Amino acid sequence: MKKKSFLAKLTGSREVSLLLVLIVLLIVITILSPTFLAPANIAQIFRNNALTFVMALGMLCVMLTAGIDISITSTLAFAGMTIGLLQKYNVIHNTFLLFVIGTLIGVGCGFINGLIIAKAKVAPIICTMGFMYIWRGMAYVISNNNWASGADVAGFSDFGKDGSPGPYVILIVVYVLFFIIMKWTRFGRRIYAVGSNAEAARVSGINVDRTVISVYTIMGLLAGLAGVLSVSIYASAQPNMQYGKEMDVIAACVIGGVSMNGGRGSVTGTFLGALIIAIIAKALPLVGIDAIAQNLVKGIIILAVVILNVVTQRMMDRQNLLRREM
Amino acid sequence: MKKKVISLVLSAVMAAGMMAGCGQAQQAAPAADAAAPAADSTEAAAPAADTGSAGGGKTIALVTKSAGNAFMELLANGVKEAVEAAGGTLIVKDPSAATADAQITEISSLISQGVDAIIVSANDENALSAVLNEAKDAGIKVLTADSDVAAADRAVFVNQADVNLIGQTLLDAAYDLAGGSGQYAILSATSQATNQNAWIDAMKAAQEADPKYAELELVEVAYGDDEPQKSTDQTQALLQNYPDLKVIVAPTTVGIAAAAKVLQDQGSSVKLTGLGLPSEMQEYMGTDDAHSCPYMYLWNMIELGNLTGSTAMALANGDITGAAGEKFTAGDLGDYEIVDVNGATQVVLGPPFQFTPENVKEWADKGM
Repeated sequence: MKKKSFLAKLTGSREVSLLLVLIVLLIVITILSPTFLAPANIAQIFRNNALTFVMALGMLCVMLTAGIDISITSTLAFAGMTIGLLQKYNVIHNTFLLFVIGTLIGVGCGFINGLIIAKAKVAPIICTMGFMYIWRGMAYVISNNNWASGADVAGFSDFGKDGSPGPYVILIVVYVLFFIIMKWTRFGRRIYAVGSNAEAARVSGINVDRTVISVYTIMGLLAGLAGVLSVSIYASAQPNMQYGKEMDVIAACVIGGVSMNGGRGSVTGTFLGALIIAIIAKALPLVGIDAIAQNLVKGIIILAVVILNVVTQRMMDRQNLLRREM
Repeated sequence: MKKKVISLVLSAVMAAGMMAGCGQAQQAAPAADAAAPAADSTEAAAPAADTGSAGGGKTIALVTKSAGNAFMELLANGVKEAVEAAGGTLIVKDPSAATADAQITEISSLISQGVDAIIVSANDENALSAVLNEAKDAGIKVLTADSDVAAADRAVFVNQADVNLIGQTLLDAAYDLAGGSGQYAILSATSQATNQNAWIDAMKAAQEADPKYAELELVEVAYGDDEPQKSTDQTQALLQNYPDLKVIVAPTTVGIAAAAKVLQDQGSSVKLTGLGLPSEMQEYMGTDDAHSCPYMYLWNMIELGNLTGSTAMALANGDITGAAGEKFTAGDLGDYEIVDVNGATQVVLGPPFQFTPENVKEWADKGM
């Protein structure tokens, strides 16, 4: 086994191939914009995209069970708008309490998603599509055409202010936590088991429904958390906040090697995928690509990375087969 | 056990919902006289409130850019005041998304409903053409406010401020804050936004027209898509790409707030001006180094609404047709004349209003 060639090692792990993609991307960007890797800029990459990073973990869990959740940014808006308004009308100004409330709203939204998907057997994309409209609609209804702005959320926004450690602490905590859960706990293994083969999981005594409900609840929790974080970072709550951004989160997972068919994906891969999305978002305006062409370039990069990943994956499978034949 | 967990979570959700409800109840008071906001409840709520006083008056419809837009809410409040003062009834339609498609749907249903006049704040300059002409054929008066369509598709445009005047004002602000020379950049909304593009073009034209601005250099027009996250990325990129940048001009309310936060958080010496809402910008306004925005501009959206409402009533009553030279009285605002700007007829509210650290709180408290 020790004889495994360098090439085999490289292609043997999706994370490593992603890391290579990342390095190539960074080299290109640094050539075009030499100051890209300055510490302040790196910090901004994580802060500006903290929401994508956080929600990608939930999406990982959901996609591992072969599901998908497109209601996440609506949950985010509902939670974010609620805590924005709570401050605007001077109900609550305690940062910790606001985090708890926003996150609990997310938990509720996610739990209902999970319940319907698991018990009523509604296809995840259909169910979450419904809730995409419902939670977004709730955000509009409670906002009553008002925004919570900088002055309303003053104090609370210090948590996510540029230079405050808040968003970074949250990122580190959730990533370490999920790394441990997904790798070393029974619950983590159950999610993989349900995604790989739900029937086999059921036969081996896993409560599949409960696992499915859990992953959507986790997704909701993280979306709620992202909603609170969003209000804190951008010092503003609007009902249309982060509209359409669920696609960035799904893209982060897909780039990170999470399979749409379930059972395959890792926290490390998700992190790298989200990092690539974040770097693209940060780099596009910096390297001097014309504003109107930025989305075009973004799409091309995403597709290129995914195709590269699929090819590596196939090479890996082929090698595994070869090894088995020997 | 499982049931316990379920009921626990459900009650948590309900509790959260109630808290959300609290927030809503409190805000209901100041907004009580506002036009009903949510996209589909408007139809029933708005006319019902006025059936008593209307007494055969005209029914005016306002199609805003989208639901959940505080800016449009102010406009709607102003229109409602003026229309009701003139004995009419206002229906407000907030499209679910800020797209031309969503507006077309709303306008179509208004045509079949048979209103007397439709006011549109257009999401697209050309895409509404067919449906607006359909409305005209049905005998409905069509006018635009805040954001225009092609001149042939409407009777008149109620303009917040003359495009050239806004361009000139913003350019002068950049000139003043840069100290007469140096680099400045523009942070706009989307690259297709009708208003922003017209103002930016006017800025460029004004700069070319006068040698006074020769030392001033526009380095880039960035687009933040009226999205806090993207506007933040774009502002940071401007700061990084142009270390000598002196001023950022953001002629869009979302962009200016996002840029203000970036500049202020970073303690940047770059100064900011543009068009912003007082309530959104209160935090960031000040002449010292701790604040990013010394002054900015906007128009009084409520007055724009008043003027729009009066114009709509005058059209519906047949007092005016939208031709240049016609005069009418817009309530307390006084007399207005329809003018011809490059072949398009307009009513212009007045010059943009300057917000300073001194008056910003007063206006924010007024709900602007």
